[in-house]
Amino acid sequence: MEFLSFLVDGLLLGFVYGVAAIGMSLIWGVMKVINLSHNVLIVYSMFGVYLLFNSLGVNPYLAIIVMAVVGLLMGVLIYTVALHRVIEAPQLSTLLATFSVSMIMTGLATAMWTNSPRNVDFSLGSLSLGPVTLPGTRVVAALAAVLAAAGLFLFLYRTRPGRYIRAVANNRAAAEMVGVPSNQILALSFGLGAMVAAISGGLIATFFPFNVLSGMNYQLKSFVVCVLGGLGNPLGALIGGLILGTLEGIIPIFMETSWVPVFEFGLFVFIIIFRPSGLFGAKQ
Amino acid sequence: MKNWQKHLGLLLPVLIIVGIALGVKITGKPATRETFFTVLKAIALASSLNMILGYTGYVSFAHIIFFGLGGYVGFYLISAQGWSLWLAMLAGGMAAGALAFLLGKAILHLRGAYFALATIGVNAAMQAFVTNFEPFGGPIGMNLNFQVYQQYGGAAQALETAFYALAAIALVGVIVSYLIRTSKFGLGLLAIREDEDAAEVMGVVAPSAKTWAYVISAIIPGIIGPLFFFKNGNVEPGDAFPLQSSIELIVMVMLGGQGTVLGPILGATAYQRMRGYLLTSPIFKDIQLSVAGALLLLIVLFVPAGVVGWLRNRFPILRRVLQ
Amino acid sequence: MTRTNDIRRINDIRPILQVEGVSKHFGGLVAVDKVTFDLPEGQILGLIGPNGAGKTTLFNVINGVYPATEGRYFFRGKEVTGSKTYQMAHLGLARTHQVVKPLDELSVRENAMVGACFGHKDYNLSHAARVADEVLEFVGLADRSEQLAGSLNVAQKKRLEMARALSAQPYLLLLDEALAGLNPSEITAMLDTIRKIRDRGITIIMIEHVMHAIMNVSEHILVLNFGALIAEGTPEEIANNEQVIEAYLGDPKLAERLMQRNDNGG
Repeated sequence: MEFLSFLVDGLLLGFVYGVAAIGMSLIWGVMKVINLSHNVLIVYSMFGVYLLFNSLGVNPYLAIIVMAVVGLLMGVLIYTVALHRVIEAPQLSTLLATFSVSMIMTGLATAMWTNSPRNVDFSLGSLSLGPVTLPGTRVVAALAAVLAAAGLFLFLYRTRPGRYIRAVANNRAAAEMVGVPSNQILALSFGLGAMVAAISGGLIATFFPFNVLSGMNYQLKSFVVCVLGGLGNPLGALIGGLILGTLEGIIPIFMETSWVPVFEFGLFVFIIIFRPSGLFGAKQ
Repeated sequence: MKNWQKHLGLLLPVLIIVGIALGVKITGKPATRETFFTVLKAIALASSLNMILGYTGYVSFAHIIFFGLGGYVGFYLISAQGWSLWLAMLAGGMAAGALAFLLGKAILHLRGAYFALATIGVNAAMQAFVTNFEPFGGPIGMNLNFQVYQQYGGAAQALETAFYALAAIALVGVIVSYLIRTSKFGLGLLAIREDEDAAEVMGVVAPSAKTWAYVISAIIPGIIGPLFFFKNGNVEPGDAFPLQSSIELIVMVMLGGQGTVLGPILGATAYQRMRGYLLTSPIFKDIQLSVAGALLLLIVLFVPAGVVGWLRNRFPILRRVLQ
Repeated sequence: MTRTNDIRRINDIRPILQVEGVSKHFGGLVAVDKVTFDLPEGQILGLIGPNGAGKTTLFNVINGVYPATEGRYFFRGKEVTGSKTYQMAHLGLARTHQVVKPLDELSVRENAMVGACFGHKDYNLSHAARVADEVLEFVGLADRSEQLAGSLNVAQKKRLEMARALSAQPYLLLLDEALAGLNPSEITAMLDTIRKIRDRGITIIMIEHVMHAIMNVSEHILVLNFGALIAEGTPEEIANNEQVIEAYLGDPKLAERLMQRNDNGG
């Protein structure tokens, strides 16, 4: 009984982890950039939702929609300012560029909001599904995550900008030759990745406390998920997220919670070493 | 060409470190000494990172783990086993070297971003592991009985000895860095950095060269770790493996000029002084990280060769001295 | 020139390279299909074939970049099947790439020194510098030795690529489209250089698409198509070989073009 509830808890969380990772996976797939500013995109959204909810009484889910748009804009801005110049340079440059953005924004966040933990005090009661009782916020978060992922897929596969994105991901030079405005598409792609990250951050904020440094934690988890599912493979990211969430749900039954990070990062390093293309194959 | 002329590149690096040591000796103020202790530590660590990052082109976000592991091992030997500081430092260096060897075997075959990602994971895993490792005190870490300082002439004397020990180590580290840079082994590393496949086609045995570079880069941090924590009087996971430190080391190397001997020295000095200033200034205290980040971004976007690299390109005459 | 003759006499029996039934498959794709040939020492061997025929892949197998899927190959009498690239370099094999790979942030001289230091000669730095300078003189890059490799133009980079390979003082040199992207006078100069290399006793295999050039300079030619060896012989024989002509899309004027002599002489 208990096992089942741990399992379901983990699965629900896994959907959100999956969505968090999709953003990172998308950016890697399109432009071969490891987005080390992923953490601040998550954290700023968390704080955005918190502030909108606490100060203005806005429903968190509406706030998340607002933060999604903010995330999109932030992503485009980050690409334009920090990445555009070095996108064709060796990978170290883009790595450090996104990392420096993370440093800048984390520093500002710490100055603005200090280190103290925050909590979005919002509850949707609980949902009883047979033997299992689930917190309402988690269920809604999982559903929202699935919606967001579905929305992203629809965008990528059913719209023209989506097609352009896939073209650029496939072969930037060739896409340019047929008239795709690759710079704008890259900016848009980064913005989308940021948007999805922001959505996941906002969702997490509805059921976990957080502080300015929480982003790092979820960024690391996103790495693990991406590597599990295959870097550049958004569907794999979703599945990887479910796997991670399930593991996080079940493992505390067998070992001390404090060992979970060791297990997670160990798994991460293990997969990177032996199967860098992930469990489901990466887009190279 | 006279022998001394051939080795001009060693001049500035040695002068700077000797200068710092002499300067502290002359002013005789403990506060100055402590400030420059952190500067020397940064210089030594940044120079060692340069070996795998600057010379070989492998971006490690986990360099601090050698400092941390060496520090833990050495500190444990001093506080729990009663070893002397000097032997503990050696043990720390060896432990770090061994870790680098094993880790290198596991991850050095990864290229580019995959390697960087792996190091991020390793840093996090290492910290998480040590937090759970009871013999090393778990999340609380370990403390040093102040009696230990008596063996070194009392706490005040111990601090002074530690400073000059660090200066000596930093000097050795910088000389080693220079010797490698100007050796055949170093040329192989640079070739790997530029194009590993082409280097192998020309006969560079990349797997072993990279492993050696990694191990050598780990030893100095492993030696310094015990010294630092001995001075501190305690060690805990957060102090030993801060991800931020790994990143700051990268900034220092990039700022000064990766792949040069002088670059990490200048970068470390400049960054540490700037950091010290920011931390004590009321305006910038909280955004010290932001300033560092902005600095890094500017370098990456506009001066990727760092200060020394830029100077070398701009003033070719200076190349002999700025190596 | 005595040296070259001596080499040919001594090694008349043993070819410098023996390739037996070498194939390379990539999943379902057969890139190289049971290729077999012997290469006598001191020769210039031309390797031609339409795009995608497997020429560079064959180089990659011999060179150690890819392991062969089947077959064996021998270098100077010793079996080297499955050797890594640096192992082949240590045995005296050097290679240039179709898309040049200069070590951008190193100087021209340093680039050349890498070959001398890590090739089968294993020179120390100062000896390598002397060898590098001599080789740079030979390829005409001596006045640029302090320049960063990344700042050279295409033709210069090609020469640097060759200089790097030569400074290792190899027994066998694999040239992959050394003439691509060069204008006619550059091609003539490069062909000249290649002949001088052969005259120094180095055996050469050349992949080329510039037909008149390779027909001019090679003593023997191998033709690949779809990974398989479809013809082998002197330039005259190849030019008149129907299968070869067909492989190149049956251009009726092909025979003429294949034998076209450069105005500046062969």
